[in-house]
Amino acid sequence: MIYLDHAATSWPKPAGVSAAMSDFLERAGGNPGRSGHRLSIAAARVVYDTRETLAEFFGISDPLRVIFTLNATHALNTATFGIVQPGQRVVTSGMEHNAVMRPLRALEKKGVIVDVVPSRSDGSVSLEDFHEALRGGARLVVLNHASNVTGTIAPAAEIARLAHSAGAMVLLDAAQTAGVLNINMRAMGIDLLAFTGHKGLQGPPGTGGLVLGDSVDPGAISPLVFGGTGSRSAFEIQPDDLPDRFESGTPNGVGIAGLGAGLKWVRGRGLDALRAHELLLSSALREGLENIPGVRLYGPDEPRLATAVVSFMLAGKSVSEIGFQLDDDFDILCRVGLHCAPAAHRSIGSFPQGTVRLAPGPMTTLGEIETVFRAVERIADQ
Amino acid sequence: MKHGIVLFHTTTSALRAEKLLIKAGLAVKLVPTPRTLSSDCGIALRFSPGNEADVRQNLDQAQMDYEIFFLDKN
Repeated sequence: MIYLDHAATSWPKPAGVSAAMSDFLERAGGNPGRSGHRLSIAAARVVYDTRETLAEFFGISDPLRVIFTLNATHALNTATFGIVQPGQRVVTSGMEHNAVMRPLRALEKKGVIVDVVPSRSDGSVSLEDFHEALRGGARLVVLNHASNVTGTIAPAAEIARLAHSAGAMVLLDAAQTAGVLNINMRAMGIDLLAFTGHKGLQGPPGTGGLVLGDSVDPGAISPLVFGGTGSRSAFEIQPDDLPDRFESGTPNGVGIAGLGAGLKWVRGRGLDALRAHELLLSSALREGLENIPGVRLYGPDEPRLATAVVSFMLAGKSVSEIGFQLDDDFDILCRVGLHCAPAAHRSIGSFPQGTVRLAPGPMTTLGEIETVFRAVERIADQ
Repeated sequence: MKHGIVLFHTTTSALRAEKLLIKAGLAVKLVPTPRTLSSDCGIALRFSPGNEADVRQNLDQAQMDYEIFFLDKN
C-alpha cells in the first residue's frame, strides 16, 4: 500500500507517538491542572513539556502563550470569532480552506466585512493586491501559509509587514506547514498561529493549537469556550490567565503526549532534512506526471514554491474514477475532489470537479513515487 | 521554621516556574496548594525562605504573575 494522503493526516506516525500515548494512559493518567496529587502533576508535566517545546519551535518566548485546541479549525475559530467585531474588516486570500472561509462567512452575516484578495491560477498571491486591499485598513489578515490543494507557499512575512502597516493583526493558518516549513513567529511578524498536531508535526488527531505572539494582548481575544480550568475556582467568571482563559474543560492529555513525541521526532530529523526529502519526492512526482499525455498539473511549476502537495486532472476522466482506480487497482491512497477548499479550487480553475491530490510524507520513498506515476500512466491509457 | 510558598493562578505557570527556578539552581518542590492560602484547585511551589530574593528575581525576569506566602512547617 502506498499512502499519499499526508496533507489530510500523516501516516504511519513515528513509533514514539503511540508509545508516548500509551505511557500517558498507563502512568500519567490524572487530570492535568485539576488536583494536586502525583498523577495529576505527572499529566500536567507532559502537557507543559509539549507546550514549552512548541513555544520554542515556533519562536515565541512564553510557553503560556501556546493554547491547545482540538485541531487547527478550533484554533482558527477561536482567533476569528474572538477578535473580529461587526463593522470591522478581515482580509484573506483566495486559497483559503473552509476552516477559514466558513467562520469568516458566518462573521460576515454578523456584519463583519470580508475582503478576499484573488489568488493566481497557480495558487500564489500578489503582494500588490494585498497592499491595495489593505489600503482601507483592517482588523485582521487571515492567511493560508500553504495551500492544501496545490501546496503553494504564501509570502507570509511580506504580507505580515503589509498588514502591520495597515494596523491589522496577522493570523497564519499553518495546518499544512507546521512541522514542514520553518516558522518563527517573531522573525516573520506573525501575531497568531493556528496549527494542527496530526499532519507535519506527526502527532495524533485531536491535537492542535493557537499560538499568541509575544506582543498580542490576550485580553483583546474573547474565548470561544467557557468553563472549568482548575484555576480561580471560586469565581464564576472566566479567568484572564493564559493558557486557562482559552482552555476550558479537560484537555486531550493523551493526544498532547503523542504530539510531544511527534514533535520530538520532527526536531530530531530536522526541518531542513525533512524539507529536502519532500522536495525530492514532489519534484519527481511533478516531473513524472508532466510527461503523461492528458495530465494537467496544478500549482507552481517550481517545486520549491510549494509543499509536497501535487494536484492533477486527467483529460476525459472524473477525479472520483481516478481515485477509485488508484486505490482499487494499484493500492495507492490519495484524496480527490474539493479538499474542503472550494475557494482554492475556484482560484486555480478546478471548481467544481476538483482534483486528484497526491501528498507524500517523510516515510514515502522515491520508489513509491515511481510506482504512482506508472499507475497514472496506465489509467490514462485506458 | 517556615516554608516559603509561591502561588500561581494556573498549573501551567507553576510548572513553568518550577523549571525556571530549578534551572537557576534553586531547590523548589511542587506541592498541593495549601487550602489556608487559596480555594483554588492545583499546585504551588515550596521553597526555602532564605531564597526569597532569588526566587522573586527569577520570576520577575520571566514576567510571571505570582504571590509569595510564608507558612509554619508542620
